[in-house]
Amino acid sequence: MNAQFWLIQSFNGISYGALLFLLASGLTLIFGVMRIVNLSHGAYFLLGGYIALSVISATGSWVLAVPVAALAVAVVGLVMERVFLRPLGFDPLRQVLLTVGFAFLFQQAALDIWGGNNLDITPPEMLRGSTVVGGLHLPIYRIFMIGMAVVLGAILWLVMEKTRAGAMIRAAVDDSQMARGVGIDTSRVSMFIFALGAFLAALAGVIGGGFLGIYPGLDFEILPVAFAVVIIGGMGSLTGAAVGSLIVGLADNFGKALFPEISYFTLYAPMVLILAVKPTGLFGRE
Amino acid sequence: MKQRDRILAVMAVLLALAVVTPFTGSYLILLITQALILGILAMSLDILLGFTGLPSLGQAAYLGMGAYLTAILAAHYDFGLGWSFWVVVVLGILIGAVTAAFFGLFAIRATGVYFLMITLALGMCVWGLAYRWNSMTGGDNGINLPARPEFGIQLADGVTYFYVVLGFFVVSLVMLYVLVRSPFGRSLVGIRERELRMRILGYNTWLHKYIAFIIAGGFGGLAGVLWAHLSGNVSPQVVILATSVDALLMVVLGGPGTLVGGAIGAGVVVFLRDYLSTVVPWWQYVLGGVYVLTILYLPGGLMGIPERIRHRRALSGNPEETKKPESAS
Repeated sequence: MNAQFWLIQSFNGISYGALLFLLASGLTLIFGVMRIVNLSHGAYFLLGGYIALSVISATGSWVLAVPVAALAVAVVGLVMERVFLRPLGFDPLRQVLLTVGFAFLFQQAALDIWGGNNLDITPPEMLRGSTVVGGLHLPIYRIFMIGMAVVLGAILWLVMEKTRAGAMIRAAVDDSQMARGVGIDTSRVSMFIFALGAFLAALAGVIGGGFLGIYPGLDFEILPVAFAVVIIGGMGSLTGAAVGSLIVGLADNFGKALFPEISYFTLYAPMVLILAVKPTGLFGRE
Repeated sequence: MKQRDRILAVMAVLLALAVVTPFTGSYLILLITQALILGILAMSLDILLGFTGLPSLGQAAYLGMGAYLTAILAAHYDFGLGWSFWVVVVLGILIGAVTAAFFGLFAIRATGVYFLMITLALGMCVWGLAYRWNSMTGGDNGINLPARPEFGIQLADGVTYFYVVLGFFVVSLVMLYVLVRSPFGRSLVGIRERELRMRILGYNTWLHKYIAFIIAGGFGGLAGVLWAHLSGNVSPQVVILATSVDALLMVVLGGPGTLVGGAIGAGVVVFLRDYLSTVVPWWQYVLGGVYVLTILYLPGGLMGIPERIRHRRALSGNPEETKKPESAS
């Protein structure tokens, strides 16, 4: 176990964290604004990957597949929010069961359309292979994932902090009743946030597909990890999602490398502790 | 329906089940046994969800603890395959209760969404250990049990095992029924309805919820012991998130706060998951559809249907019918 081991593992953890950030940033906003435990978020991730596969096989263009898949799943999320979740009102249990029902429906649909095999999304030529940085061989795709997370994180941060829409969203996170009181249409904010969350999850699915592969069951594998990120970082906080992603990405990687027998335990036990001690997470606000 | 009529109805159904089941095929016997075991799990969850108002998203953890305990004792120590089966039953209940006592320390303070999340996280902790702690749990492949116990009677026989499970189910149902009718059970309902008022009245609501959590864990552990011997293999599949979510659906589908509703829900979910999946490839559409439709159209669950019909009749404006609900109940 030398310096190289630590560097490589850290890099792997950070790049996995970058992927988690893409997935969890949407989940945390949905959680923060709507207080919905969205169990179909993993299904959005999976659907994004599958739709991208279809687009790639039809057009051969990975660059086209990314936005098409993300937008298609955003529409799915939009419809789900408008038609099913909004009329349901505020009841966490019923929201959980409704979204998990949809997750099962999406799972079966994906199985029928794309089959049960392990599929891979091949990234474009320029993202394949590896590069040497300071004596370390680093896969370009992982560097690309980190770059994507940084760029998207920056855009989200700018939108949230510097625009009027962002201010409305932040108001809805902090106190949705008060936000309604000052004339913010929180229903539209929720709709937008849910669609955005689905968009980001699908985007993560396309990018993650070139890294984890795409297969049935991936949705429920990745979902609890995304929840761990959201809880550790704090619901509704983008900074929290970023820090939480890094923590979970690194904990997952080092856990698997150093203590394989309890590696998942090291992931979820901190989540329990944070919920017990500070339910709002590291960066969440009351 | 009067309370006495309800009890008679449940007894009649159980009796019919006891008489009819042996004459169905061996596969159906297996499914009914499975539904009864998951029924115990669902009833244990109903204590939390239906009576105390705590929606736990990690009830599979206790099922898993009981099942893994049984499997590890049987496979590694040859224990629990004779009369010692009864010791394992007690140990299974204890490990479920002790696990819940430990988890409850973290979970009970949380409410609403946070309670859902912390129970999910606790369930995932158990799953993580089951999945990765290879030397103890056999990892992804799980543990195969040598054989079902044998003590005068052979549990390996499907019908015999069905009767044993039915016995455990009936005892669990009676105990939980006595529990929810007791002053303790009444105060749980009071906490569900308005925790603050109960606290003002001087109840230690934390302790009430904690005890309910432990009791639910104990019955979950019992279901786990029975489950391990039913399936003959215990793998992380037992403790995945979907099992916990299914348990929630069973309760919500059957009708929260009714105990037997959970068992009915268990029957429906087992039928969909295990029977329908062998018949049609698109069974998961049905399962997902049941989730969605239950939430949208059956807030009171299946047990709530008679009530809703009566209510609708009362609303339809027929004066004779409107009087009925008052006199009937």
